[in-house]
Amino acid sequence: MNVMMLLEMASQGFGERVAFTNGEQSLTYQELYDAAGAAAAQIRESGCDHVAMLDVSSLAMPIALFASAWAGVPYVPINYRLTADEINSLLDRVKPCLLITDSERADDFSAQQELQLVTREDFISTARSGTPLSDPWSMDQEDTGVLLFTSGTTGVPKAAVLRQKHLVAYILGSVEFMGAMEDDAALGCVPPYHIAGISAVLSSVYSGRRVVQLPNFSAEEWIALVNQEKVTNAFVVPTMLARIVEVVGENSSLELPSLKALAYGGGKMPLSVIERAMKLFPNADFTNAYGLTETSSTIAVLGPQDHRDAAASEEEGVRRRLVSVGRPLPGVEVEIRDDEGKVMAARERGEIYVRGEQVSGEYVGKGSLLDKEGWFPTRDAGSIDDQGFLFLEGRADDVIVRGGENMSPGEIEDVLLEHEAVADVAVVGIPDEQWGEGVAAAVVLKSGKTVAVESLQNWVRDSMRSSRVPQLIQFWDELPYNETGKLLRRIVKTKLAE
Amino acid sequence: MAELKAGTRMKSAVCASEVMVIGAPGGDVDVTCGGVSMIGNADTAEGGTVDSGHAEGTQLGKRYVNEAGDLELLCVKPGEGSLAVNGEVLVLKEAKALPSSD
Repeated sequence: MNVMMLLEMASQGFGERVAFTNGEQSLTYQELYDAAGAAAAQIRESGCDHVAMLDVSSLAMPIALFASAWAGVPYVPINYRLTADEINSLLDRVKPCLLITDSERADDFSAQQELQLVTREDFISTARSGTPLSDPWSMDQEDTGVLLFTSGTTGVPKAAVLRQKHLVAYILGSVEFMGAMEDDAALGCVPPYHIAGISAVLSSVYSGRRVVQLPNFSAEEWIALVNQEKVTNAFVVPTMLARIVEVVGENSSLELPSLKALAYGGGKMPLSVIERAMKLFPNADFTNAYGLTETSSTIAVLGPQDHRDAAASEEEGVRRRLVSVGRPLPGVEVEIRDDEGKVMAARERGEIYVRGEQVSGEYVGKGSLLDKEGWFPTRDAGSIDDQGFLFLEGRADDVIVRGGENMSPGEIEDVLLEHEAVADVAVVGIPDEQWGEGVAAAVVLKSGKTVAVESLQNWVRDSMRSSRVPQLIQFWDELPYNETGKLLRRIVKTKLAE
Repeated sequence: MAELKAGTRMKSAVCASEVMVIGAPGGDVDVTCGGVSMIGNADTAEGGTVDSGHAEGTQLGKRYVNEAGDLELLCVKPGEGSLAVNGEVLVLKEAKALPSSD
């Protein structure tokens, strides 16, 4: 298996269709296939062990992803927002490497050993004019396709290994070949070093859906590009959707008539944002996708009909599904287990385990974390309701243990978010002499609203056990998020513990 | 005849069809296309023609399954011959509609 096979099929089936658009530049599927072949020759000639990409989204990204697969060299996207020291320490872990980057950055790396530098422009131009690699790609499904550094919200980034078999299994399990209409276009604004950025390239190629790249997200540009390129599909992270909803909400003349489907994921979506988005874009199908780097992207989806059913329901249990991540994809199994590894009953909270052909669960230097039956412990906490809908409740490591009682920050956050003055909240455990850990909350108020700490404590006490009442509440201007919308709980914890 | 492994690519000996194995039962399995045993991707066909009883054709990107459901092939290149396993003609597997999630 090899992702190149997916591109080969696309180039045979609809080679003349446009595959990627970036500003004035574009590539058809046939051109992408030819470029991948020539770039594969370039990669093979370099003799490097890895192809590193340190850049915003450009046409070089899909070319490099497929060319690496053709050459049999792992592709390693690197977060360009990291500091120079952080970038260098990641590069050290993949040398000798071929580094593709933009021309402004290139000078920073020119003196490094075991690093061959090529600018984005040169890479694309060689790929578009060169001779394709004469060797066929390997069909060995154990070949490493992508090494992806996890975001490292809790420490040193780990390098997740995604083999060809995981990437291909994800696409074959979730995408229908040539399933897109000829006029369909997806707006790609997720960073290219994020698993959703990689899977979007593979899914779009297999379905025949043109991707319009937006290298630097802003809500205004996103909206303009949707209308200009008649975008039909888009994927956003929660912080992006919140901004889009805000901008569209402020300007009633803004419309997005071409948008048929809006998928979101990558972090917890506030209920208020998704409800508002569904009202603002009544013609769009909403899909919530839950996945991890280690599972080659999406493992569960809350589909359009689930959204509509939940929004229209009078029943509390059904309405609540609007904040669930839906049900597992076909071919993916999900279980909730307790600390001893025992499978838990419906609605009980525990750790999410996942199994399926797309699940890797392997890190460089650490090996596979899959157990003997192939289950991967995600370290995400969650529960499954009696209809099979999966609810996320933070990271398993975020559990607050107060006097021997385990509690999830998510359930306390949900209660606080229902208060009319609260815009955003993070609940964490802080050291406590008497209880081991105590509950603390950082609260962001809605503009113009005020509320006393005591009122918020009473609010929690009214609907939960008293052990859940935060002993410390601070009001902050904003909470720390990374650029894909993940709350940096570690930072909240440190600040509140001071 | 050979044991099939997921991920293996095979081609027809008598038409342009190529398939990748998605799932296969254990043991030796004889997959044919156009009525003639399929060969390895790197092998050279010895020539021959599509049997008229096996000439429905294969379609790019479609999956083909046996009745037992333990053999599944993905067509990665279309051709004139149709697929069969141990004499049983494979049928088109219905696509499942999933919302686009990325």
